[in-house]
Amino acid sequence: MNVRSQVSMVFHLDKCIGCHTCSIACKNIWTDRKGAEYMWWNNVETKPGTGYPTKWEDQSIYKGGWQKTEGGENEISLRGAGKRKGLLNIFHNPNMPVIDDYYEPFTYKYLDLIESPSMDDQPTARPVSLITGRPIDIKMGPNWDDDLSGTQDFARKDPNLENLSPAEQEAMFQLERMAFFYLPRICNHCLNPACVASCPSGAIYKRGEDGVVLINQNVCRAWRMCVTACPYKKSYYNWNTGKSEKCILCYPRIEAGYAPACMHSCVGRIRYLGVLLYDADRIEQAAASDDSELVQKQLDLLLDPCDPAVIAAAKENGIADSTLHAAQNSPVYKFVKEWKLALPLHPEFRTLPMLFYVPPLLPVMATIREKIKDQKLHDIAKDWEDTWLYDTSTQELWGAIDQARFPLKYMANLFSNGDQNLMKEKLLKLMAVRIYRRHKTVGDVTEEKSNQVLKEAGLTPKMAEAIYALTSLAKFDDRFVIPAAHREQAIEMMEFTGDVKGSTGFGFKDQTAKRGL
Amino acid sequence: MNTFFFVIYPYLAFFIFCVGFVYRYKQTGFQVSSLSSQFLESRTLYWGVMLFHWGIMVVFLGHLLAFLFPKGQLLWNTHPIRLILLEVTGFTFGLLVFVGLIFLILRRFISKKVFTVTSKMDFALEFLLLAQVILGCWIAVGYRWGSSWFAADLSPYLWSLVLFQPKIKAVSAMPYVIQFHIIGAFTILLLIPFTRLVHFLVAPFHYIWRPYQRVMWNWDPKKVRSAETVWTVTRPRNN
Repeated sequence: MNVRSQVSMVFHLDKCIGCHTCSIACKNIWTDRKGAEYMWWNNVETKPGTGYPTKWEDQSIYKGGWQKTEGGENEISLRGAGKRKGLLNIFHNPNMPVIDDYYEPFTYKYLDLIESPSMDDQPTARPVSLITGRPIDIKMGPNWDDDLSGTQDFARKDPNLENLSPAEQEAMFQLERMAFFYLPRICNHCLNPACVASCPSGAIYKRGEDGVVLINQNVCRAWRMCVTACPYKKSYYNWNTGKSEKCILCYPRIEAGYAPACMHSCVGRIRYLGVLLYDADRIEQAAASDDSELVQKQLDLLLDPCDPAVIAAAKENGIADSTLHAAQNSPVYKFVKEWKLALPLHPEFRTLPMLFYVPPLLPVMATIREKIKDQKLHDIAKDWEDTWLYDTSTQELWGAIDQARFPLKYMANLFSNGDQNLMKEKLLKLMAVRIYRRHKTVGDVTEEKSNQVLKEAGLTPKMAEAIYALTSLAKFDDRFVIPAAHREQAIEMMEFTGDVKGSTGFGFKDQTAKRGL
Repeated sequence: MNTFFFVIYPYLAFFIFCVGFVYRYKQTGFQVSSLSSQFLESRTLYWGVMLFHWGIMVVFLGHLLAFLFPKGQLLWNTHPIRLILLEVTGFTFGLLVFVGLIFLILRRFISKKVFTVTSKMDFALEFLLLAQVILGCWIAVGYRWGSSWFAADLSPYLWSLVLFQPKIKAVSAMPYVIQFHIIGAFTILLLIPFTRLVHFLVAPFHYIWRPYQRVMWNWDPKKVRSAETVWTVTRPRNN
């Protein structure tokens, strides 16, 4: 057992309201400069939708992530990079997204509004490209598919719809049944990062102390392989400096005990950050496991921080007591391991992402169906004065998830490598907690019924109470359990992130480093 | 005049190349990059970059082999078929470089996005390379057979430079076209540290040998935990 610690995250999608505050906080600190305008280290996508960059999940286009080597027993290789492919394609990388796959950054000529001479028509501020400075026709922008569920251009081109039948897709996008949810994304700081493996220069590395994946800007030589290799497209090429950049999990903030900017600013309080201990010896084995057990193998890597054997091994590896303490109180461990509520995004890319998502229940559960006259409704179902019924009745709880507005298949494509049972298990737990709380607060569900529902979902009232508390009542210190900085380890502790605003965020304190000749 | 161009200038170029590269790598390591513009324009780049790079690698390898093994070169050329095969190969790849370079230059002017990330040095370098390639192709056609007289006359000259006993008699008598080609070569050598050409000096061959994953500790964790050594550890070089 080789115990390492990782600062890991949970995003609770049921709470995300899609306000993009996280994206703005991140952009203001790190990517508000030339060459980085188009980058959103943190972005929020509407699902179903094509995302950013367009159709990033479709690896037949971008060739990101790992795949099982054909013919090889329990071996994986990079899909579109690696030693052979990477070096052969070093002059021209055939699978690299170009700027139009993201969007061409633009601003408006606001000065025209002020300096316009008096005339009959109102002056307009024309959009100009932030790259060339010339007027452009805006074809894409950040969050271009925001809230556009059901649209031809975006939602229906979602790569996750691939194995849904046309009828299922049609049912998803019927006007009255239409639903969507938000998917905030940052770098997953994976255990088996494809970007690290693909970098010919060896500029990308994972920090041993906290697992943050970083690009050394002085070593990056713009071979661009990480952009292809990252299946989440979270490594971005700065066209100005000729260097790749990515989310740094605000490590200067973490080292100083602050939550990352995106998490700190989260309005819906959907984000949790905490330490996870994992067994580094089993990473390769987990990443190469069969499709059916991929998720479970990844979760098995995570170790119980209260297990004496794990603690001893962690101390042996030099993990500080404060880090262990943080791991024992980690909200992430609770969501992922104790309650088994959270799943990684697209585990089939085999990078072992360390950002976990609690799947959204709301768009799934709120089924709408035509009201049949004199139909006997469950007594807690709300009866609207309408021909359509917004049905959240608990009587049909287990049935309703199978006939959800969001087909389980779709959710399973996102979070559980197509395993619908695994996805159902999480949704049932979320629903069971709701029923339990309904019993507590509204009182129209009997204790007997609520206990039975909890039991079926594999929870206890105590657990349900804890889930409710951490989901709905959690204060700042409950959501972000950051180990106290170790003075001898912290390299950025004495810095304030405000001071490095507009820099590349990688330690160029004096000025933004200049592009090469 | 000849002494300047064929004795002083080569040494000067090599000296500036060495000092310039070390300086640039140490002081402005951030600027050592291939500055790829594929992100802004990918389709034309494919043709330009593939033809140029593969072409120039073969052409450069040809020059290098003739420089390193002049006797072997002459021995190879004793049979006319082998001589013609070699010359045709060299000329073909020279043409590929030329075509690729034309693609690359036109692309810099046509694509507005690429134009904005083009420095004056990039233009200077591209036209210098173009001139050098045109001269090279001209020599290949006009002054046959280059592969033989390069090995017989130019290799000894280059070796005399390497051994610090410059002998420029043969070079001084060469036609201007060839002399310009030689001066151009040293100019390119001189300019390497100051242009995007630095990227080939940091070509990532070490990637072949390193393991895929890289984990780094800012501090040796085992030492940090030990109370006796906690104040004595030095920060390992890892960046």
